[in-house]
Amino acid sequence: MTYPVATIIFLALIVFVILLGFGASRWKAGDMSHIEEWGLGGRRFGTLISWFLIGGDIYTAYTFIAIPALMFGAGALGFFALPYTIVCYPILYVVFPKLWKVAHKYGYITGPEFVRGRYGNKYLGLAIGITGIFATMPYIALQLIGMQTVIGALGIPGHLPLIIAFGVLAAFTYTSGIRAPAMIAIVKDILIYITVLAAVIVIPSELGGFGAIFAKISPAKLILATPPAGSTGAYTGYATLALGSAMALFLYPHSTTAVLSASGPKVIRRNAVFLPAYSFLLGLLALMGFMAVASGVSAMPQFAAGFKQYGPSFAVPALVLNSFPAWFAGVAFAAIAIGALVPAAIMSIASANIFTRDIYTQFGGGGNPRRDTLVAKLFSIVMVVGALVFILLIPGTYAVQLQLLGGMWIIQTFPAIVFSLFTRFFNGWALLIGWAVGIVSATWLVTLNNFAGAIWAFHVFGFTVPSYIALATVLVNALVAALLSLPFNIFASDRGRDATLATDYV
Amino acid sequence: MIRWLLAVIFVLALSVPFFNQIEPSLFGFPFFYWYQMLIVPVAAGLTYIVFIVENKQGDAE
Repeated sequence: MTYPVATIIFLALIVFVILLGFGASRWKAGDMSHIEEWGLGGRRFGTLISWFLIGGDIYTAYTFIAIPALMFGAGALGFFALPYTIVCYPILYVVFPKLWKVAHKYGYITGPEFVRGRYGNKYLGLAIGITGIFATMPYIALQLIGMQTVIGALGIPGHLPLIIAFGVLAAFTYTSGIRAPAMIAIVKDILIYITVLAAVIVIPSELGGFGAIFAKISPAKLILATPPAGSTGAYTGYATLALGSAMALFLYPHSTTAVLSASGPKVIRRNAVFLPAYSFLLGLLALMGFMAVASGVSAMPQFAAGFKQYGPSFAVPALVLNSFPAWFAGVAFAAIAIGALVPAAIMSIASANIFTRDIYTQFGGGGNPRRDTLVAKLFSIVMVVGALVFILLIPGTYAVQLQLLGGMWIIQTFPAIVFSLFTRFFNGWALLIGWAVGIVSATWLVTLNNFAGAIWAFHVFGFTVPSYIALATVLVNALVAALLSLPFNIFASDRGRDATLATDYV
Repeated sequence: MIRWLLAVIFVLALSVPFFNQIEPSLFGFPFFYWYQMLIVPVAAGLTYIVFIVENKQGDAE
């Protein structure tokens, strides 16, 4: 134990939230043998709880580690997280109250279920559902890595702490469902706000102010490079990364689950107004990457081993250990670790909802609500254990690469889920083919990039336009779906199979 | 349709060539950074206006 005081504070906070997690099943109590109660909290969360839940869900431990790490390593490009988490909210405002309404009316608890109902096509629902589960798995694994980084930074060796933490996570997810992360998210966010505010006050004053911090950043990393002639360069790279990530964000099963557990469309709209508070925080947090550069932690001998093992991901933990008293480092690390537990719990619940409603009950079993809920609870454990095994057996870089691919995949569900809330022009089979084209082309381009980058330099009319692969391929996906819908609608229309009504969408 | 006001958020947040500048800096922050952080409350404010107006119209529910 290298940092005894920090470790004790850290452990005390973790034990506290675990007890909270187990106690959460009694909060706004419902019948936990119903999947709508276990997996959506009975759709009863008001504005404030939804704010904590959605915030706790999309600003994860991985975000806290990876965004500053990107700033630390790549510079200004890492700041794309800000426009990303700005433009995601108008999308939330316009799109997701509609999904909530139709989901509420027909008892849908997942995005794929809505698509299946809209097109009467369980194979389309299956494709969208499996995409969600596959995109989520590496995301859970990354939460584990985020937690592993802070546990390692405290000087606690071995995998045992991680196994215990996620064993407990699986247990309270099983008993309390989504109420557990909703309650823990409140603690997590308070700790995160305290940590980041302390960091932006204390650290710059130690380093001579923000001006001095920015002055230590090399000019090439301070802002984006000016594009060369005949190319839009880093400009389109940055903008498409932000836009594509924002389009994908609420399609992730864990985000959809958090949004659908709100008590009404108004709660979602109000949250589109108040959630940007987190984005501001994220901007400050991203700057911790620059603070780490300016403080020179990467050259300090006591952190050499950490940087060697975790790379730039060690920037924030090293900065925290270097700048704060030990007890406060314990608080900050607990905030990050709890920041892993909240989304990991929601991710496993969301995947379990999908597995139950879009795979199990559609292809084989199902029909008995009590047993369906049990299947969901068990599958949530499978997700957590799967991610844990993944981390223990496979090098961390693969998780990062798979997460990159996951983002490319999940955005391919955009036409089927989002467009279908506004129009019934599309045909279910055409959407399925568009989805397949999107998945294959995105995966192929990422492979050509050797899994190292999310941006591909497209050549359009002799012009080079570097773009986020996810955004470019979802355009192709939508185009294919639209063009194929024309003949499909004439020769094999599925309009009669729509289980919903046109009035559900006004 | 007050909702179109939300499109302004996309323009403000994604006009990269406009804000990819060091000057004018503010409190030591290069323009690139303080501009994007300033957009956060601006975006929230625009969304709030849309929310209030639509609520009054009652067509949002």
